[in-house]
Amino acid sequence: MLLIEDLEVELAGKKLLKHIDLEIKPGETHILFGPNGSGKTSLLMTIMGYPQYKVTGGKIIFKGVDITHLPINERAELGIGMAYQRPPTIHGVKTHQMVKICARDRDVEVTELARRVNFQDFLDRDVNVGFSGGEIKRSELLQLMAQDPDLMLFDEPESGVDIENIALVGQTIARLLQKECTPTDIKSMLQVKRERTKMGLIITHTGHILEYVNADKGQVLFDGVLSCSDNPRGILECISQMGYEECVRCQIASN
Amino acid sequence: MPNREQLRERALKAVNKPAALGADIDLAQFDLSPVERRPMDKEELLSLPPIEKQRLMMAGIDVTESERSGTYIQMDTSVVRCGTKQEGIEVIPIRQALEKYDWIWDYYWKLVAVDADKYTAAVELNLHDGYVIRALPGAKSVYPVQACLYIDKPNLQQNVHNIIIAEEDSELHIITGCSTSPHTTRGAHLGISEFFVKKNAKLSFTMIHNWAEDMVVRPRSVARVEEGGLFLNNYICMKPVRTLQLYPTTHLVGENAVARYYSIIVGSPGSEYDVGGRVHLKEVGTRAEIVARTISNGGKIIARGHLIGEVPDIKAHLECKGLILNGGIIHAIPELEGRVDGVEMSHEAAVGKIAAEEIAYLMSRGLSEDEATATIVRGFLSVDIPGLPPQLKAEIDRAVEQSDKTVM
Ligand SMILES: Nc1ncnc2c1ncn2[C@@H]1O[C@H](COP(=O)(O)OP(=O)(O)O)[C@@H](O)[C@H]1O
Ligand SMILES: [Mg+2]
Repeated sequence: MLLIEDLEVELAGKKLLKHIDLEIKPGETHILFGPNGSGKTSLLMTIMGYPQYKVTGGKIIFKGVDITHLPINERAELGIGMAYQRPPTIHGVKTHQMVKICARDRDVEVTELARRVNFQDFLDRDVNVGFSGGEIKRSELLQLMAQDPDLMLFDEPESGVDIENIALVGQTIARLLQKECTPTDIKSMLQVKRERTKMGLIITHTGHILEYVNADKGQVLFDGVLSCSDNPRGILECISQMGYEECVRCQIASN
Repeated sequence: MPNREQLRERALKAVNKPAALGADIDLAQFDLSPVERRPMDKEELLSLPPIEKQRLMMAGIDVTESERSGTYIQMDTSVVRCGTKQEGIEVIPIRQALEKYDWIWDYYWKLVAVDADKYTAAVELNLHDGYVIRALPGAKSVYPVQACLYIDKPNLQQNVHNIIIAEEDSELHIITGCSTSPHTTRGAHLGISEFFVKKNAKLSFTMIHNWAEDMVVRPRSVARVEEGGLFLNNYICMKPVRTLQLYPTTHLVGENAVARYYSIIVGSPGSEYDVGGRVHLKEVGTRAEIVARTISNGGKIIARGHLIGEVPDIKAHLECKGLILNGGIIHAIPELEGRVDGVEMSHEAAVGKIAAEEIAYLMSRGLSEDEATATIVRGFLSVDIPGLPPQLKAEIDRAVEQSDKTVM
């Protein structure tokens, strides 16, 4: 479980996030909406542990461990992983090497994994060097597939992805988050759902991802403040009809 | 031989002439006297003490000789092993060649000037030995030829002259390693190399330097590439050295000739490296690329590059990237000199540090900060060198892997 309590974050001396409370239970996926510059990426980077995002108040608890001040790699070891919107390029490190790094001690069939996101032809390229927007998304998903974390943070995973690949991206995320599972002879749908453990937090602008991932909750971040609703589709509808400001006002009123 | 006497005369006039670049070295402090050594057979080579074998291996030498077309090993001033396994590829000690073959005079001191500086002069006045490696017309080396210049005697000044000839349509790959024995840290190595790449020939030359803390190193090399020829020149130096200065120059004299240089240098504390590459593009359609990756780990590195476009329709690029990791200096000096309309020349130089963002990215994939740094450094040093045989790529990778330990 991820539990964030009264979190306050500064970047370069500027307060970006205020009084953030958030709880993601095992098996749950939340959608994070919010206008440009509202602090969505900052929230994800803070959860991942980027030190420039300075926590000035509150705490982050993951799997019962207070991770508020843990270094990035220790959070990764605990099971947090992120698909970045704009990851850096790493010259001289091939994508297939990167996938192995993500897999750590686990045995992975790199080419097999890559095929699932239609990325087998990129394995010999340097990580992110010259990748298009959509290629970066698929590279990030491939790395997450190898890493297989328990809490997955997706920063606008569908932006820049062409129509051909959007379903692929959506379905891959759904599978990563165990949202795609079907009942089996032995287990009922309810049982399968109960046994889900993966947690997700997905930033989206367009809401396309909702067509593939059955999310449990929607959240709106506005000017560094979080408000939430139970239904991500409802939020999306509200935002597209009335804009973020109205939407947030209605959320605040109902809280 | 009148030729040799003229050379001596010119050399004598230059014995005190400082080089254009690099610290001026007083050569009187070193010992020039020859060290006699018996030739070694394969068994003896294989039964060298492990620590010596390790030094040879780190300089790219395969003591089993299994994946090598030929071998030349010089210890101090004497040739201890010289021969080839492939027809069409010749490996001959240069002193023997000078005595036996007239053709050597078409090459000897034809590209490097004997009176260029005190180091070229010193080599001619007291030549110890060196190798002549030649691929006959149309011959293609199956495996690389390996050459090693080894210094065992403390305080020796090793004077070497090498000539490499790739005849028309031939393909020759050479790996040459320079090293000192574990107990020798002080000495000087002066090495002349002249490369002749003839019409449509392909020559790759990979040099791994594995010197020691108090070594003075002054190689002098010039290459001449004819029409359709390719000269691939790789240089790797990961180990300390007192002072090293080299500026290999290539003349592309035939249409569509190509020169590509790749160097990887890790500079240790107390060491000074002044390294560069210069290519004259003298015919239409010639191309040149110079790529340098340098890491200062407390040492001082000057990374030079000079491309000279003398005719139209040439293309040349220079890329010089440096990382300062643990102090030290990296001074990149890229130079482009276009002398006519219609040249296409560019360069890219950067000196900096490892981006924190890249380290964080790798940490979020589970690597510790040190592992992430090592991964980025290894990536930085791993340049793709098209056209290099797998054995040589493996040797370069091994040298770079070794450096992880020195860098971290
Ligand atoms: N390196 C930075 N230095 C200063 N301000 C920054 C930096 N990066 C982002 N910001 C600012 O922080 C705010 C939140 O940014 P971000 O979290 O990226 O928003 P979002 O992802 O919701 O678009 C924005 O006002 C942005 O301009
Ligand atoms: Mg963002």
